[in-house]
Amino acid sequence: MGGERGADRPEGDGLVGDLNGRAGIEAEGLVRQFKRGPRAVDGIDLRVEPGEVYGFLGPNGAGKSTTVLMLTTLLPPTAGTARVAGYDIVKQGPQVRASIGAALQEAALDQFLTGRDHLRLQAALHGLGRQERRKRGDELLERVGLSEAADRRVRGYSGGMKRRLDLALALVHRPRILFLDEPTTGLDPQSRSALWAEVSRLARDEGVTVFLTTQYLEEADVLADRVGIIDHGRIVAEDTPENLKAEIGRPSVEATPAKEGQRDAVAKVLRRFGKEIPAQPGAVSVRLDQGAGDLADVVRALDSEGLKVSNLRLDEPSLDDVFLEKTGRSLEGAGDEEVGEAQA
Amino acid sequence: MTGSSLLTQISAIALRSTLRTARQPAVLVSAILFPMMFFSVNAYGLDAATSIPGFPADSYLDFAFAFPLVQASLFGSITAGADLARDIESGFFDRLSLTPMRPVALLAGMLAGVVALGLVQGVVFLAIGLLMGVEVSSGFLGMVVLVLLTVLVALGFGGVGAILALRTGSVEAVESAFPLFFVVIFLSSINLPRDLIEAGWFRFIATINPVSYLVEGLRSLVITGWDPQALLLGFGCAVGIIVLSLAGAGASLRTRVAR
Repeated sequence: MGGERGADRPEGDGLVGDLNGRAGIEAEGLVRQFKRGPRAVDGIDLRVEPGEVYGFLGPNGAGKSTTVLMLTTLLPPTAGTARVAGYDIVKQGPQVRASIGAALQEAALDQFLTGRDHLRLQAALHGLGRQERRKRGDELLERVGLSEAADRRVRGYSGGMKRRLDLALALVHRPRILFLDEPTTGLDPQSRSALWAEVSRLARDEGVTVFLTTQYLEEADVLADRVGIIDHGRIVAEDTPENLKAEIGRPSVEATPAKEGQRDAVAKVLRRFGKEIPAQPGAVSVRLDQGAGDLADVVRALDSEGLKVSNLRLDEPSLDDVFLEKTGRSLEGAGDEEVGEAQA
Repeated sequence: MTGSSLLTQISAIALRSTLRTARQPAVLVSAILFPMMFFSVNAYGLDAATSIPGFPADSYLDFAFAFPLVQASLFGSITAGADLARDIESGFFDRLSLTPMRPVALLAGMLAGVVALGLVQGVVFLAIGLLMGVEVSSGFLGMVVLVLLTVLVALGFGGVGAILALRTGSVEAVESAFPLFFVVIFLSSINLPRDLIEAGWFRFIATINPVSYLVEGLRSLVITGWDPQALLLGFGCAVGIIVLSLAGAGASLRTRVAR
């Protein structure tokens, strides 16, 4: 995939070294092979422009977190090169770390410290002066809505509060690039929306480059300027969400039989109009060969066979359809088949 | 924002380490209570040992006073090692690694917490010991030296705890080393002077066991007064353990950070 993208790059725009001093991310042939384990990342090429929100979408075990660990210098690559903010991730680790903020998959917090303690510690280690530490801490606590809980120990925080604190900690030193590894996993819809709003604001108002991994289609769709779809350690598709969906082009129709036991008969009729794709339990779905124009014919065909449906729905292509098209599997549930990245 | 000074980094990590300990009363209580409990049981249960010909003290209470100091240092090292391993397991270590913090600051900050706990333990034990009737032959200055040697022992053991944590990255592995450490302490002259240990193999192990010299250095201040040889060996062993354990911890840290 990376090779295909390479052809689209402007001439003279070499992959490594051209983003020095800028807030971009570039990787070429990035590989991570674990001892006695799988090739978690298998030759990734990617390029994230300064100020861009890049969504790295894939199921559990696809290689998302391993890629983030390498780009944040926490894990050396087995092969390949990458530059973050213009710095080589292997040779210039301290410069990379000074340029980035990261909220990794688990909100790694000390249960016995308060939110404010965490911010003070982080700010001190980043070299902020005493007054600046306090000011920046208060500012970030307010921004992530934790001012009231600032002096409570983290062990009493909800999952959403921990994630918001995690984000605040990643922002202490005003990084140019932010890595967020599945930032909303396990959060309730309200906390998720709040975090999305803050990430969007950071990119829009402060020009922060965001590299966001997620297994949620909606998250990638809402937040990302461009999406890279990763599966088995390789990028299988990459573009804007709109272009990726447009690539699929055709909508799908999903029919739910009114009577139990008629699913096969309904499926037989629908398959005349396109290829069957995964559907809700009890329903049948096909990608329409001729697009939305087929819908009337579908209704007529079902009627002529005497098949009644309780629900008939026309769906525009989603990122899940893109994943399905590229991998032959649906993203939802695909992770269950994978070897966990953590185990790798 | 080019990064903080090493001193600021060490202070920040040490403050965090101290806050953690201070906010876990159970850790503090057990760090004080258990060594004193063992001390009390030993001191009264083994008092008859003072009638063995050649026993160097009239009171087993005085003789045994080194025990809680060494044992408490061991507790402190296991607690600190387990805390560091927990940081590795939870990803907090990665969070710190993503800052401009110098790795040595992490180690120094953690060990500063160990030293602070060792200091508190030394002072508290001394106060309780004096209340229980321990007589320190070397006087007030000897008490100061006693606490200083206790802190050095805590620092040396803390370094060993750090090696375990950094090598394994597992709380379970660090905590499971505790019984092994305990055996090493018991295979020293902690309960009897070396020349009164009858079993040849035991006396041999106690003689080559550096813990014996730590114990004897501490003990000499209580029961003998100023014994230059015992103190030299005690401080020498403490410094040796510190140098070796810190070198090992530093190497383990470099390996861990490079992963």
